[in-house]
Amino acid sequence: MSSPAPILEVRDLKTHFPVRGGIWLRSVATCKAVDGVSFQLLPGETLGLVGESGCGKSTLGKTIVRLLAPTAGSIRFEGTDLATLGRKKLKPIRRHLQMIFQDPAESLNARHTVGQILEEPFIIHGIGSAEERRASVDTLLDKVGLPRAAAHRYPFEFSGGQRQRIGIARALALQPRLIICDEPVSALDVSIQSQVLNLLLDLQREFHLSYLFITHNLAVVKHVSDRIAVMYLGRIVELADAEGLYARPRHPYTRALIAAIPEPEPRATRPRFIGTGDLPSPINPPPGCPFHPRCPHATDLCRREPPPLRETSSAAEPSHAVACHYDLLPAAIPSPLGAPQKQESRDT
Amino acid sequence: MSEAPLLEVRNLAVGFESGGTVARAVDGVSFRVTRGKTLGIVGESGCGKSVTAFSIMRLLPQPHGKILGGKILFEGRDLVQADEAELHRIRGGRIGMVFQEPLSALNPVQTIGRQVTEALLLHKPLTKEAAWAEAITLLDKVGIPSPEVRIREYPHQLSGGMRQRVVIAMALSCNPSLLIADEPTTALDVTIQAQILELMLSLQRDLGMAIVLITHDLGVIAQVCDEAVVMYAGQVAEYGPVEALFHRPAHPYTRGLLASIPRLTTPRKSRLPTIEGAVPGLNQMPAGCRYQNRCPYAEARCALAPPPLETVAEGHAVSCLRWRELPEFKPVSPAAV
Repeated sequence: MSSPAPILEVRDLKTHFPVRGGIWLRSVATCKAVDGVSFQLLPGETLGLVGESGCGKSTLGKTIVRLLAPTAGSIRFEGTDLATLGRKKLKPIRRHLQMIFQDPAESLNARHTVGQILEEPFIIHGIGSAEERRASVDTLLDKVGLPRAAAHRYPFEFSGGQRQRIGIARALALQPRLIICDEPVSALDVSIQSQVLNLLLDLQREFHLSYLFITHNLAVVKHVSDRIAVMYLGRIVELADAEGLYARPRHPYTRALIAAIPEPEPRATRPRFIGTGDLPSPINPPPGCPFHPRCPHATDLCRREPPPLRETSSAAEPSHAVACHYDLLPAAIPSPLGAPQKQESRDT
Repeated sequence: MSEAPLLEVRNLAVGFESGGTVARAVDGVSFRVTRGKTLGIVGESGCGKSVTAFSIMRLLPQPHGKILGGKILFEGRDLVQADEAELHRIRGGRIGMVFQEPLSALNPVQTIGRQVTEALLLHKPLTKEAAWAEAITLLDKVGIPSPEVRIREYPHQLSGGMRQRVVIAMALSCNPSLLIADEPTTALDVTIQAQILELMLSLQRDLGMAIVLITHDLGVIAQVCDEAVVMYAGQVAEYGPVEALFHRPAHPYTRGLLASIPRLTTPRKSRLPTIEGAVPGLNQMPAGCRYQNRCPYAEARCALAPPPLETVAEGHAVSCLRWRELPEFKPVSPAAV
């Protein structure tokens, strides 16, 4: 990772929420939703952010676009630190940094026509005349594969997949360089999901977009991402190249996640390692490694000291970081895809 | 398939009345469930899979939902004709139910113990103390740690996975011969989903019950089911053993679904095959095959009459006129490793 400058560089980002209780609603505890996250995103790259509910992945996405205020840390977007910027200074930057939400039904104004929804970003940023804006709306609808007549209709008249296309068109309106996609296909049926994934990949190629792709779906995230960060309880526990993460997962949590994927292949004899227990609460995270209560390999060290995210690069893998005290042998838990030879024989 | 099936649904049609018209959400659905086996019903939103499940339990939303025709034969009785008293005995007794959202299936203001014992007391001649003891055994069986403590807690004190375990414990309380699970793991995280599916399978092995598992997730079907029914627009597109459905799918819709899911072996960032278009609305169903507007193989005769279910192989049937002419199915593009 030497050549191009990163478009986004997040360092030690923390987003904490006060938990209020008692009659005066005083802050009684802190929910550490995002607790010290660092990563870089290169131009044109997709970084997948995967984890289970409550791991802080959506909070992280919303903090980066400053829908939420960070507690500490920096968010450098093209060199400017967004973490400390005020509203006025943030506004011109926001157009380069957009977001697509999970539920298009909730993120589109039901009382506006699709045309008004798509025109709004131009109005907010004072771009173009009325005439030009309407032409832009037409172009946007073309780009996302909707008929131009859609501009005169309301969001409820569209199916879930079409509504997500409207959400994507709105995000694209101001020609952003980075789009945060927060579970963009999770609410969609499989046949529609693949249409939207294809659209996102096409748009990325056409406009050289960078994506931060947030999802809980491990097959989807592998398909769209160049690199993947696995989050657990507000922290990144593993960050690697997409192929490397699945071929050589190093963190026990990543291995548990991969083993739990229900692959659409009957009687696939994948090794099953299913972690026991539930996610602990980010309000009272366990000391030491956040995963230790569920980890089959946990030792006293894990219960005491939180492991830092450390590089374990090798000749085969230029960049693979993991937050685990140990170098767990790959042999201890076999690769979820099975040995490569075996896989070839299955395909033929 | 010689012995009598535990459950046989024959030509089921279910409609919802609104403003004088009846929308047929399920239209001519037939399938069988063998004792001790798992049947999956898979399809996308609005395909009628949940309506089918609710019909089996006779729990359609009233007064709008109606069974318009067909038979639901369960242990020799036709549930379509059964009266309320009989249904009461069967529901929660011979047939257990697990729903998608455990939080809405549980009463928030009653303890876990009270809710689990309720079904036991209704269906079994037990004293309160005996029912309480049995509830603890049940909670232990579904893998709830320290059940004697948890039994006094309220649903909000449990995690999503634990709540679903409670719902499963309730469904199993009277040793049902059939468990109907409607998207039981959809609201759960992957690692928790895997735990719950494993639990359901191990309970099935111990108790010998049959399971009808309704889901939109083909991965879940592949991992858990023996046979599956693929539904599209209120009808059966294809059914068969899971192995046949995934390796030799005969219906263009099944093929389209299988091809469009990204897998771990799909080359990264490649374009996924898609199913173009969308499902027609319930009131705009075309004559003939309901998949014709999205089907790459559709031709003129597909629009004339609904295709009959034809036998592909033992236990494998498809509702497509052209299934014999389709090209060979290649399930997964070889991994670009």
